[in-house]
Amino acid sequence: MAEPIKLSIDGKPVTVPPGTLLIEAAKQVGIEVPSFCYYPGLSLQGACRMCLVAIEKMPKLQTACTTVVTNGMVVHTDTPEVANTRKSMLEFLLTNHPLDCPVCDKGGECELQDAVFRYGAAETRFLEGKLHEEEKKFSNLVYYDRPRCILCFRCIRVCDEGMDVNAYGIGFRAAHSEIIPNRGEQLECEECGMCIDICPVGALTSGTYRYKTRPWEVTYTGTICNHCGDGCRTTLSVRNNVVIRANNRDHSGLNGEFLCVKGRFGWDFVNSERRLKSPLLRKNGKQEEASWEEALTFTVERLKTILAEHGPGAVAVIGSNRTTNEEDYLLQRFARTVLGTNDIDHHRTADFSSLVRALTEAGATDRYATIEDISAAKSLLLIGNDPTHQHPLIAYQIRQAVRQHGARLYIVNSREIKLRRQSSQYLQVKPQGEAEAVRALAGQAPAAQDLCAGGTGALTALADALKKESDTVILFGDEIQGQTVNDLVTCGLTLPGKTRFVALGDYANSRGAADMGLLPDTLPGYQPLSNEKARERMESAWAAKIPAAPGRNIRSIFEGIRAGEIKALLVFGANPVKTFGLDNAALTGLQLLFVAELFRTETAELANVVVPAASFAEKSGTVTNTCGEVQALKRTMRQAGTRSDLEILLALARLFGQRWTYQSPEDVLREIIALVPGYDIPLPSLLVGRAVPTHPEGRPPALERPDLVFSSRDSLFTSGTLSRYSWALNSVDEAKKPYGHAF
Amino acid sequence: MADYRNPMLGSPLEVKVLTRRFDLANSASIAVYVAHEGYQALKKAFGMKPDEVINEVKKSNLRGRGGAGFNAGMKWSFVPGQTTKPKYVVSNADESEPGTCKDRVLMEYDPHQLIEGIVIAGYAIQSHQGYIYIRGEYRYLMDILDRAIEEAYAQGYLGKNILGSGFDFDLATHTGAGAYECGEETALLNSLEGLRGYPRVKPPFPALIGLYGCPTIINNVETLSNVPHIISHGGDWYAKLGTPNNGGTRLFCLSGHIERPGIYELPMGFPLRQMIEDVGGGVWHGKKLKCVIPGGSSCPVLTADEIDVPMDFDSLARIGSMLGSGGVVILDEDTCMVKAAWRIMKFYAHESCGWCVPCREGTHWLKTLLERFHSDGGMPDDPDTALDVSYNILGKTLCPLGDAAAMPMISILKKFRHEFEEHLKLGSCPYEKRAVNVA
Repeated sequence: MAEPIKLSIDGKPVTVPPGTLLIEAAKQVGIEVPSFCYYPGLSLQGACRMCLVAIEKMPKLQTACTTVVTNGMVVHTDTPEVANTRKSMLEFLLTNHPLDCPVCDKGGECELQDAVFRYGAAETRFLEGKLHEEEKKFSNLVYYDRPRCILCFRCIRVCDEGMDVNAYGIGFRAAHSEIIPNRGEQLECEECGMCIDICPVGALTSGTYRYKTRPWEVTYTGTICNHCGDGCRTTLSVRNNVVIRANNRDHSGLNGEFLCVKGRFGWDFVNSERRLKSPLLRKNGKQEEASWEEALTFTVERLKTILAEHGPGAVAVIGSNRTTNEEDYLLQRFARTVLGTNDIDHHRTADFSSLVRALTEAGATDRYATIEDISAAKSLLLIGNDPTHQHPLIAYQIRQAVRQHGARLYIVNSREIKLRRQSSQYLQVKPQGEAEAVRALAGQAPAAQDLCAGGTGALTALADALKKESDTVILFGDEIQGQTVNDLVTCGLTLPGKTRFVALGDYANSRGAADMGLLPDTLPGYQPLSNEKARERMESAWAAKIPAAPGRNIRSIFEGIRAGEIKALLVFGANPVKTFGLDNAALTGLQLLFVAELFRTETAELANVVVPAASFAEKSGTVTNTCGEVQALKRTMRQAGTRSDLEILLALARLFGQRWTYQSPEDVLREIIALVPGYDIPLPSLLVGRAVPTHPEGRPPALERPDLVFSSRDSLFTSGTLSRYSWALNSVDEAKKPYGHAF
Repeated sequence: MADYRNPMLGSPLEVKVLTRRFDLANSASIAVYVAHEGYQALKKAFGMKPDEVINEVKKSNLRGRGGAGFNAGMKWSFVPGQTTKPKYVVSNADESEPGTCKDRVLMEYDPHQLIEGIVIAGYAIQSHQGYIYIRGEYRYLMDILDRAIEEAYAQGYLGKNILGSGFDFDLATHTGAGAYECGEETALLNSLEGLRGYPRVKPPFPALIGLYGCPTIINNVETLSNVPHIISHGGDWYAKLGTPNNGGTRLFCLSGHIERPGIYELPMGFPLRQMIEDVGGGVWHGKKLKCVIPGGSSCPVLTADEIDVPMDFDSLARIGSMLGSGGVVILDEDTCMVKAAWRIMKFYAHESCGWCVPCREGTHWLKTLLERFHSDGGMPDDPDTALDVSYNILGKTLCPLGDAAAMPMISILKKFRHEFEEHLKLGSCPYEKRAVNVA
């Protein structure tokens, strides 16, 4: 560790590590040096000149954002010259600024406004006509107002350096300079909206938020995005019970300022007019609106009849990738103890069970990587998956790792994914060749000569390179499952340092669904049903019997329905008809199809009973991201007529005569903390908005068949069924590009 | 009547070093160049150690002819000797300073002199690749240079193992797209790399991190053209041509209201009054002198009372101006200084790259203010506002373009304040009214 640097700023002694920028050093002693173009993590610009400060022995004022501190430096930020400079820079910026603050989206949260208030002058001496440009529509989601733009270049840099998209450039020159899309008149990009969020003024505005409100007229609630499995923190702005914006307002949480197009714009399904508002009950072959009581009573009566006539083996349950841990936990409790069936499963998008088993058997359950581990990694191995589309935050963190501290990225993929631009070695294997590559890397089976373009030599080169790295983070998609996960973990753990692992699952709570035991053979916390001790532990906590025999997996459930063995199917927050490509006849044998959903999906259309469920914005609870970090959802608003899956389950249990005592999601969470191995997390950390890592430990049974784990391969603009109901996600031209298109 | 197509009118007071071959027929051809001492300096340099070449240039007190006047040998010595990166020599031929047209003739009449200078510089810093960055408007010069480079390759003065020395050097030309800003060295490098011509944050300086992130020296065409003479005749000889600390001769471009506008090679420290009166034949039409811009439009102007000054970097700095790029612009007594300031500011407002706030907004402000002041009527506060705006630009911009705009403005506002007051009193331009009466 190099010697720290000692300097003085406004008479205050400051000690900082070498290489620190003066503007950051000042921050550490509570001295604000104003700036527009400086943005931590982006390249230095020195363009706005707001941060000019006086440094003794230097003839001119220096920009604090580009000056690296040196020992003995004596800095003054409070001299009349500095104050006058700040004032004059603001005067310059306002010369051609329209000062349309009363109608500007940014009014009230504008960095220029704040700076003028604090450092500027009330009047201008600029008597000339202002330059004007008409507003431009860059896309349905991004608008640009040149007169408001202060040309800080943050948008260009975040797009180049953060997103690796390079959608923006500068057009024209001098006072006529303006931000322009690099390819034609329109943006052609990932539509992440980072440029809007990072804009210090109202120059770049959001197509979904503009001219809707004043920022002080909305309620802000920090919650977790419900789309992919990365678990970005987001702040929902709600006005009159309508979500009008999402941005990670305080840049807190594991994603900082990052949000992708789904996180920033894809929440509008919550407000969709096609949301179900009332339960539907099939009467005379037609779904008709019914009361909650009617719908639930009908369901329970029908279930009771089926259970009485055919026994618990005639009832199956399909859970969700998006519902909360609490709901998933209760759902499997309901299935196992109330319905008495282990026929419960969900659409598994990554083989979390195999990862947990492999790490447990290797005694390495401290090797689950967090999102932070990814951005801090010095070496990354990505096998399969296309994080740019399927895991935008993880893709961002990988790029950060490469750009900010020169991490090496190694990729094994059958497709030319965009992240290969950041890779040190990119091994393109033949289609579905990822698993073979892993087995070859692990020395389990030799690779075929035609596995990858460079022959097996490329594979050897990759293996050699990895052996020289340390603390590698290994990320893998659904391409790696079952025994191959075990091979990968065994091989990974032989690499130098602390190798960590991430299984990449699709949705907001894909990981939680597995953790909470929405699986036919596994209790919460990856305890196998066959483990008598584990079973007894849950039985005593729930004061009920759990059937000992493993249930049917999701494919067997469909087969059971076809065979007429299963008479009732309960579906919570899933659309298996679409996901599994079921034909119309697949579910016709059912006597009861109960669906709890936000929308009338393909599955809901076939149901006898459909109940309107609450969306993520309308409920509290916790979700676990693909790295195993638990975060809290916070209820933001209400949607008349809907109930959360938790409330639905509690009502069903009550109608079954159960005396469950849960009053709130938190009560369920306390039980999870107490009972589920790996989930003994500190509740206060969770409640203050932290992402709390879990370390599950267990030996769940081996994967039964290869078609149980598969990713939906969502693109940046799709999110299972939900994206269909988002105007924003469907409004951009880029959504029509073929899957995997790299911008 | 002077022949305006040939700017080399000649004067008995000239000391011809760089321009010595200009009068020869076919002076741009390699045959003429070689027949008149051409590439002899290169041979001599190969007999010296690279450090010795740098020391010779240091000894010559050759100062950058682009405008800043930084010691060229010193600049070269900042390039790290031990580095795994390639190094580059870039010749700045983006001659854009208003009033300046000397690099043009150096490239037009004696391109091999420049090429030889570049190869010697390359040898001195052990670089193997050079570029000549030519302003877009000089497109025709690129053809001349490309032909010269081709000749030099054919005769072994460029390429592999030059003159059997074992030293390799390649050279290529590149044009800009018409931006004054690209004359600033880091903006030039960006432009050369194919990026927009924006300046870079300094430090790091190009000598350490320049073209493609590698150590780079960037020198003006005239600076590099001097190098062969310094090597041939020695640094001491060269230093003695000028005044202390200001070695050699300089190509001065006399323009404006003068009898014999043209380019004259005069020793450093040549008196300005003599330059105007004896070399340039005095102010045109027998009029009186009002003002001189001594070194391109970015220099603070001198009044008629201030012209008893030797034309070297230090003497002009002493009286608050600059030698700049050698573009001496003469303004006669009938010139409206408000309009002159407006015209100058129109240039800078047009050429500001738009990167940093004070220059982008300030030059635009000054231009529009002066336009209104001159043409549509001024306000009493305008001169003070313009002065304050200029000071708010000065020293606060990322690159020197802001200073270049502010300095002439400040000097005109201070030295010719009375003309602003006259405009205010009359409500219109006193000079234009006179012009109307005469007509």
